Amino acid sequence: MTANFQLLRILPEVILTIAGVLIMLIEPLLGHSTSRKPLGWFAVLSVFASLAASFAQLGMAAGTAYYGVIQTDAFSVFFHVLIALIVLVSLLVTIDTANANTESLGELFALMVFGAVGMMLMTSATELLLVFIGLEISSISTYIMAGFRRKNVKSTESSLKYFLLGSFATAFFLYGIALIFGATGTTDINAIASQLGTSAVPMFATIGLGMILIGLGFKVSAAPFHVWTPDAYEGAPSPVVGLMSTAPKAAAFAVLLRIVYVAFPALHAHWQPLLWLMAAFSMTIGNLGALRQQNVKRMLAYSSIAHAGYLLVAFTALSTDGIAAASFYAMSYAAMNVGIFAVVSHASGYDERLSLISDYRGLAYRSPLLGGALGFFLISLIGIPFTGGFFGKFYVFASALHSGMVWLTIIGLVNSGIAAFYYLRLLASAYSKPTNNALLDPMPRASFALLLALVITISGTLILGIVPGQILAMSHNAAVSLTSGIANPAPSATHQ
Amino acid sequence: MTSTHSLHLWLLPLVPFAGFLVNALLGRRFPRALVTAVALIATLIPFLQVLGIASQFSSLSLPHLEQFGTWIAAGSFHADFTFALDQLTLVMLLVVTGVGFLIHLYSAGYMAHEDGYWRFFAYLNLFMFFMLTLVLAENYLLMFVGWEGVGLASYLLIGFYYTRDSAANAGKKAFVVNRVGDFGFLLAMFLFIAHFGTLSFSSIFSQITAHPELHGGFLTAIALCLVLGATGKSAQIPLYTWLPDAMEGPTPVSALIHAATMVTAGVYMVARTHVLFDRSPLALSTVAIIGTATAFFAATVALVQTDIKRVLAYSTISQLGYMFLACGVAAYSSGVFHLVTHAFFKALLFLAAGSVIHALSGEQDMRVMGGLRKKIPVTFWTMTMAVFAISGLPPLAGFVSKDEILYHAFTAPGPGKLLWFVGLFTAFLTSFYMFRLWYLTFFGENRAEKAAAHAHTPASSHHAEVDEHHHAIHESPWIMLGPLAILAVLSVIGGWMGWPEGLGGGNWFGHFLAPALASQHVAEAGSNSLEVTLALISTLVALAGWFLAHLFYFAKPELPEKLSVSLRAFYNLLLNKYWIDELYGAVVIAPVLFLSRFVLKGLIDTGVINGGSYAAAYTTQGMGAIVQRLQSGNIRSYAGWLALGAAGLLLLTYFGFGAHLSLR
Amino acid sequence: MDVPIAYYLVLSAILFSIGVAAFLIKRNIITVFMSIELMLNAVNLTFVAFAHEWHRVSGQIFVFFVMVVAAAEAAVGLAIIIAIFRARNTLNVDQVDLMKL
Repeated sequence: MTANFQLLRILPEVILTIAGVLIMLIEPLLGHSTSRKPLGWFAVLSVFASLAASFAQLGMAAGTAYYGVIQTDAFSVFFHVLIALIVLVSLLVTIDTANANTESLGELFALMVFGAVGMMLMTSATELLLVFIGLEISSISTYIMAGFRRKNVKSTESSLKYFLLGSFATAFFLYGIALIFGATGTTDINAIASQLGTSAVPMFATIGLGMILIGLGFKVSAAPFHVWTPDAYEGAPSPVVGLMSTAPKAAAFAVLLRIVYVAFPALHAHWQPLLWLMAAFSMTIGNLGALRQQNVKRMLAYSSIAHAGYLLVAFTALSTDGIAAASFYAMSYAAMNVGIFAVVSHASGYDERLSLISDYRGLAYRSPLLGGALGFFLISLIGIPFTGGFFGKFYVFASALHSGMVWLTIIGLVNSGIAAFYYLRLLASAYSKPTNNALLDPMPRASFALLLALVITISGTLILGIVPGQILAMSHNAAVSLTSGIANPAPSATHQ
Repeated sequence: MTSTHSLHLWLLPLVPFAGFLVNALLGRRFPRALVTAVALIATLIPFLQVLGIASQFSSLSLPHLEQFGTWIAAGSFHADFTFALDQLTLVMLLVVTGVGFLIHLYSAGYMAHEDGYWRFFAYLNLFMFFMLTLVLAENYLLMFVGWEGVGLASYLLIGFYYTRDSAANAGKKAFVVNRVGDFGFLLAMFLFIAHFGTLSFSSIFSQITAHPELHGGFLTAIALCLVLGATGKSAQIPLYTWLPDAMEGPTPVSALIHAATMVTAGVYMVARTHVLFDRSPLALSTVAIIGTATAFFAATVALVQTDIKRVLAYSTISQLGYMFLACGVAAYSSGVFHLVTHAFFKALLFLAAGSVIHALSGEQDMRVMGGLRKKIPVTFWTMTMAVFAISGLPPLAGFVSKDEILYHAFTAPGPGKLLWFVGLFTAFLTSFYMFRLWYLTFFGENRAEKAAAHAHTPASSHHAEVDEHHHAIHESPWIMLGPLAILAVLSVIGGWMGWPEGLGGGNWFGHFLAPALASQHVAEAGSNSLEVTLALISTLVALAGWFLAHLFYFAKPELPEKLSVSLRAFYNLLLNKYWIDELYGAVVIAPVLFLSRFVLKGLIDTGVINGGSYAAAYTTQGMGAIVQRLQSGNIRSYAGWLALGAAGLLLLTYFGFGAHLSLR
Repeated sequence: MDVPIAYYLVLSAILFSIGVAAFLIKRNIITVFMSIELMLNAVNLTFVAFAHEWHRVSGQIFVFFVMVVAAAEAAVGLAIIIAIFRARNTLNVDQVDLMKL
C-alpha cells in the first residue's frame, strides 16, 4: 500500500486541518474593521471539499491505513458525511449570526473546522489512542467555542463547567482504556475482541468497558452523566450549541457503536443492560426536565438529553438493524436540531436578545419565514410523520421491539408523548399575537447564509421523512460493514 | 397490480395539497374570491374524480392497488407508497370528498367576514389531503401519516385559527390526548412488524387468513393497541375529553373534522382491520363495551348541556359509540353504514347550528335562543330533518342505520341483549336531548331580549369582535343554505340504500360492502319478525323521547327547573361531565409536573448535595462543613452527580446482570 | 527484586480516587484543575505498569500522548480560568453558579 493511497483515507481530515491552519494564520493579519465573513465562506468551502473527499472514500474498498490505526468503510463515511454537513450548516449559521467584525471571529471558524477534524478522526479510528486524540481535539475546540463570548458571564461559566466536567469524564474514559490495555495487551479495537477470548483477566476488561461507557455517556449527555448539558448549552453561543448538541454526540455514538459491537461483543451481557438503563433514564429525565423550562436553549438541552436516550434505545437492539437505526437517528436528529438552532440563532442574534419561551411570542408575525421553519422543526422533534423525526423514532423503536425490548419501547413511546407538551409550548408562543407592540419589530433580514442553512436542514428533514430509502440503505451498509469487519483484520497487535 | 389501467388515485390527495400550498404561500396576497375559488376547486376535483371512479367501479377488479414507488426499504422490511381501492375505501372517499366539498362551500359563506380567511382554507385543504391519505393508504404506516396529519390539521384549525387562549389550549389538549392514542397505534405497528414483518394490509391479512390456528394471544395484544389508538381519534372512553373542548374551533371545522370525517377514522381503522379483530373475541368485546359505555355516558352528559355546539359534540361522541358497538359485535358494515348516515345528519346539525349562531351573531347558549322557527325557516326545516334523523324516526337515515346496529347487538352471542338494552336506552336519551335542543332553539318565545340585559358571556361569542352585540336576526346566505338543503335530503333518503331485508328492503349497502368486510362471525340467526319487532320498539322509544322533550320544553317549561332542583346531585354530576377532566388533571397531569419538578430540584439539589458530596466529604477527614449553601448550578455538585453515576455504573458492570435481572 | 504489578495498580487506583475526591471537595478552580491532572497521571501509571507487564511499548507511547494532550488541555483550561477570573473576580467554583435547574 503506497503512502499516497493511505493518505486518501484521511484526506477529509487533512483538507480541514490545512484550512483551519490557514484561517488561523490569516485571522491576525486582518485589520480591526475588516469583515471576517470571507474566512467563514472559505471554511464552508473547505468543509464542502472534505465532504466530497469523504464520498470519494466510498469508491475505495473498505480497508485500514497507517498500521491499522484508521479504517475507512461505509460506517466511517456515513458519520464523516454527517459531521461535515453539521459543521457546514453551523458555519453558515455563524456567518449569519455574528457581526462581521466580531473580535477574532475567524478563530471561531477555525475552531469549528478543527473540531470537525477531531470528530471525523473519532469515527474512523480503530485504535483507542487515536480515538482519544480525536476526542480531545473535538472537546478542546468545543470548550473554547462554548466560552467564545468572553465578556459574557454566562458564556464563560458554560465554558468552565463544560471544561472541568468534560476533563473529569475524559479521565474516566482514559482509565478505561488503560484497564482494557491491561486486560488484552492491545488498544486496537479490531484486535481486542480476539484477545479477549484468551485473556485471563476479564475483570479489568469489564471495568474498563464500564469506564469507557462513563466517558462516552458524558459526551453524548446520557443520564446520569447529563448534568452539565443544560448549563453548557444555555451559556454557549447559539450556533455553537447547534453544533455541540449534534456533531460531537454523533461522533461519540459512532465510537460507542464501534467499541461495543466490534471490540466487546463478548461482554454484551454486561453492556446491554447498562445501556438499557441509560436509555430509560435519559429519555425520562430529559423529557421531565424539559417540561418546566422557561429558557428555550435549556429546554432544547433537556430535549437533547431525551433524544440521546431514544438513540441509545437502538443500541439495545442487538442486530445490524439496531446499528442502522442508531446511525439513521443520529442523522435525523442532527438535521432537525441544527435547523432549530439556526432559527434560534437568527431570532435571538449574537447578543441573545430572546431567551425565554415567552420572548418568542409573535415570532411568526415578525418573520413568517422563521416562524414557519421553527414550526416545521418542532413538528419534526415531536415526531409527526413525513419528517425525519418521526421516521427516526419509528425505526429505532421498531428495531428495539423486534429484539424483544417491550418495556423500553413502551417507556420510549410514553416519553415521546410527554415531549409534545413542551415543544407545543414554544410553537404556541411563536404563533400567538404579541401583547406588546415592541415585540412586533420585524426580524433582521435573513441572509443568504441563513437561507442556505435552512434549505439544507429542512430538505434534509423532509428527505429523511419522505424518501429515506437512499439514506436508510447507507445506514444499513454502514451497519453491515461495522459488524462484518473487514477482509484483513488489523495485525497491529503484533507491532510492538 | 390487477387492473390494466390506472385510476390516478394519487391525484385525490395531491389536488387538495396543491390547494393548501397555493393558499398557504400566496393566499395572503390573494383577494378572498380567489382564495375561495382555489380551495373549492381543490376539493371539487377529487369529488368529481371519486364520482368517476364510482361510475366505473363495477368494472374494476378489487382490491385495486396502485403503487407509486418504495418509501422505505430497510433490510427485510419495506413499506411502499401504495393506495388501495375497495368497497370500504370508495364509501369513505364519497363521504370525505362529498361532505367535505359541501362544508367547504358552506365555509365560504360562514367565514366571509373573518380574519385570516386564507389561512383557514389552507388548513382545511391540508386536512383533506391527510384525510384522503388516511383512507386510501394500503399499509399502516401510510395510514398513520394521514392519522397524525389529520390530528395536526385539527390542531391548527382549533388552536391556530383563533388567537384566543382557550382555543389554543383546546387545540393543545386535542393534540396531547391524541398522542396517547398514537402510542397505541405505534405499538401496534411495531408488533405487526415484529410478528408479520410487514405493515401492508393485504399481506398481514392474508398471513392471518393462511393460519387459521392463530387466535387470541399476540393478535389480541395488537388489536387492543389499535383500539387504544381508535379511542383517541374517535373520542371514545377513556380518551374522549378533547372533543367537547374542540368546539372552540369554527363551526364548519366542527362539522367536517369533529363530526363527519376525522373522528370516524377510528371506526374506519377497526373495520379495515376486521380480519384481525375477528380472531380476537376479547378485543371485540372490548370494542363493544367501550362503544356502548361511551354512547350511554355521552348521551347523559348531553342532556344538560346548554351550549348548542357542546350538545352536538357529546351527541357525536355518543353516535361514535354506536359505531364502535357495531364493530364490537362484528357487524362492521352496519358500523360503516351508521358512519355514513351520521356524516350526513351530524354535518347537517353542525352546519345548521352554525347557521343559527350566525343568525344570532355569535350566540351559542340555548337558554337565550328560542322562537327562531319563523325567523330562519330554511335553517329550521333542514335542522328538523336532521333532528328527526338522529332521533331514529322512520324512515329517516338515522333510524335505518341505528336500528340495524341494535338488531345486530341483539342477535350477537354473549352479552348482546344487555348491549342492545343499553343502546336502546341511549336511543331514548338521544331522542330526548335532540328534541330538547330543537324546542329550546326554535320554539317558545325569543329569550334573547331577556338575556340582553344580562352580561354577555365572552367565551361563547365568536363573532363578538366583528359584530355589534345585537343584530337583527337574519337568515344565512344561500351559499350556506344550499349545503344544508342537500344534506337534509341525504339525511332523509340516505338510509334507504341500506334498508334492512327484514323490513322488506334489499340492504343494498350491506351487500355492497360484504366483499370488503366479510366477517367470519356467525351471529344468532335472526328472523324477519324479530327485526320488525325490534324496529317497532326503537321507534316507540324515539317517540317517547320526543314526547318527554315536548312535555318538558314546550308544554310545561317549568318542569326541568323543578326536576333539576329535586335531583341536584345527579344534575351536578352531569353538568360537570362526571368531573372527568378534573380527575385526569389530578391523576395524570399533576404527577407528571410533580415528577418534572422532582427531576430538576429533588435530584440535583437534594440528592446530589446530601448524597454524593456529603458522603465524599465525610469519608475524607470529616470536612462536614463543606455541605453548606451548595446549590444546583454548582460544578462540584454536578461532579458529585457524575461520580455517583459512575460508581453506580461500575458496580453494576462489575457485579453484572445475572439471569435473574433480565431487563427485557 | 521485582515489585508485583498489583502494587502499581493499587497505587494508581488510589491516586485516581484521590483525584476524584479532590475534585469534589476543593473549592479553588486551580486546585480542581490540578486534581484532574492527578487523575490523568494515575492513568499514566497504570499504562506504564501494564506496558511493563505485557512487554509492549505501545502502552508507554500512549503515556506520551496523554501528556501532550494534558498540556494542551492545561493551556486551554488556564485560559478559560483567566476569562472567568476577569468576568467575576473570583476563583471559587461555588460562586460560578449563575445557571441552574
